[in-house]
Amino acid sequence: MQRLLSSQKVLPYLLILPASLFLAAFFFVPFVQVVLEAFTSDEGFTLAHFRTMADDWKFMPALSNTLGLALVVVPIQITLALVMASLVTRLRRGRDVVLYVFTIPLGISDLAAGLIWFALLEQNGFLNSILYGLGVIPGPQNLLDYRNTAGLFVAVVVAEVWRATAIVLVILVAGLGLIPKEYDEAAEVFGAGPLKRFFLITLPLLRPSLQTALILRTILAFEVFAVVAVLAGNNLPVLMGETYSWQFDLQDHKVASAYAIVILAISLAFTVFFLWALHDRTREAAA
Amino acid sequence: MTSLATTEAEAPTRAEPRSSGRLVMASAVIVLVAWVLVPIYLLVVNALGSVAAVTAWPKSLVPEFDLASLAFFANYAGVPRALLNSFLVAGLTMVLSIGLGAPAGYALARFRFPGANLFRLAVLMTRAFPLPLLALPLTVLFIRVGLDDTIIGLALVHTTLAMPFAVLIMASLFMSIPEELEEAAWTLGCSRLSAFRKVVLPLALPGIAAAGIFAFVISWNEVFAAAVLTIENKTLTAFLLQSLDVSPLPLKFAGGAVLIVPALLFLFAVRKYLFSLWGIANR
Repeated sequence: MQRLLSSQKVLPYLLILPASLFLAAFFFVPFVQVVLEAFTSDEGFTLAHFRTMADDWKFMPALSNTLGLALVVVPIQITLALVMASLVTRLRRGRDVVLYVFTIPLGISDLAAGLIWFALLEQNGFLNSILYGLGVIPGPQNLLDYRNTAGLFVAVVVAEVWRATAIVLVILVAGLGLIPKEYDEAAEVFGAGPLKRFFLITLPLLRPSLQTALILRTILAFEVFAVVAVLAGNNLPVLMGETYSWQFDLQDHKVASAYAIVILAISLAFTVFFLWALHDRTREAAA
Repeated sequence: MTSLATTEAEAPTRAEPRSSGRLVMASAVIVLVAWVLVPIYLLVVNALGSVAAVTAWPKSLVPEFDLASLAFFANYAGVPRALLNSFLVAGLTMVLSIGLGAPAGYALARFRFPGANLFRLAVLMTRAFPLPLLALPLTVLFIRVGLDDTIIGLALVHTTLAMPFAVLIMASLFMSIPEELEEAAWTLGCSRLSAFRKVVLPLALPGIAAAGIFAFVISWNEVFAAAVLTIENKTLTAFLLQSLDVSPLPLKFAGGAVLIVPALLFLFAVRKYLFSLWGIANR
């Protein structure tokens, strides 16, 4: 037994066995089950659950709000994270402290982030109080009015940008660390200004990290849920929120699974798209 | 964009634009630091205010250091239980993720074997999926095996979220520890297991702890699966989410503050590892 365990051939498989079994049981099996739930009824294959989902008046708003949020939030996050990363790498003093502060939202859940921004934006909240103190508004304004969908959308965008830019920043800072300083120095010697160096040297070399950040953030953006629940309740439907209410409030697992398939499908589609669109063709030649 | 031309033109006389550039940079840093910190500060002001101050108009920007809101939160029906549940689920997730992830990471770091890439790919693949959704079919399965509405059931789902990170972090961690150290221990009479325990483990321990904390925070912060899978045994996130419509303001804000405190403490504890952790986890 001892000899078998220490044999180079068997040991690695024994070591990955628990993790593999776990992934099979709690990732692959539920994944297959969610597909089965969504596409079958007692009589066999059916698209009825998808029809129920699509016929619900909240489906189209949920789909467009989710896609719209991702479309607005992700580019802002990438841009802001690029600005933050470039600032941090140029800092001479206090670099670690600033970087730590910038990454704090990484540890904050989407629910807590929603509550943080709710404290600012609610009717008697801090933003209204400050604006009132400055004499801009005469009294409390309802910034999160349920009839004002655009206002709710903006509130969610702000909270999401606040919360989840940190993860993009961390990926980009790690990526910046991999770029040899010599390229930048050489460009400086040849007289390229900071902006030119950024767009012609840093940005292209940062492509692998940008790709990772884009894919990860876009997938996570499709999962937006708790921030919306806190700031907008049911007045700004999103896919994950609808999945939750079909599963938990309406107790219809089949339609909830259909929603899950929609979220999975758009996540997968965007992942494939980014892998294709940002594919580094020069790397293949080198390899 | 127009500044590009001017910086290039002024390149020979560098000193002037540089110091004004420094000023712009410093103010940008200050604005961004405030952007991150001020909202957190304001939530803390709310959490440390009396119930009257939380609902007052206009609001004071200075905390009262009144513990009434927090006491109200702590005594609210279901809160102590939810807090305990959150700790238990996150703790269990941490143990499971490390327990499953560390051996797999060691295998990836030390052995070249057929199937290693397939395993790595399977682990990476989990990241392309919105994992909390897998809680949906698991509710049915858990009812069948008696794990519905339990700490263990939820911890299993949270482990699917955290374990892939743990595997990748561990693999890179063990790779950073020279294999020669282990080989030296073998020639001195250690078995593979005792060499691991006496040589590798002490060196890897801080990194393992950081990966564990990482797993803890992932579970502590998770909302969707927690809210779907627990009814009686709610975690704090599930409790706060489901009471959004009925809970008074002081409860919401105190709850939010309590939710971010452990996460911030842990983040501070692993700040040294933060970038290597995320750098690895997102390669």
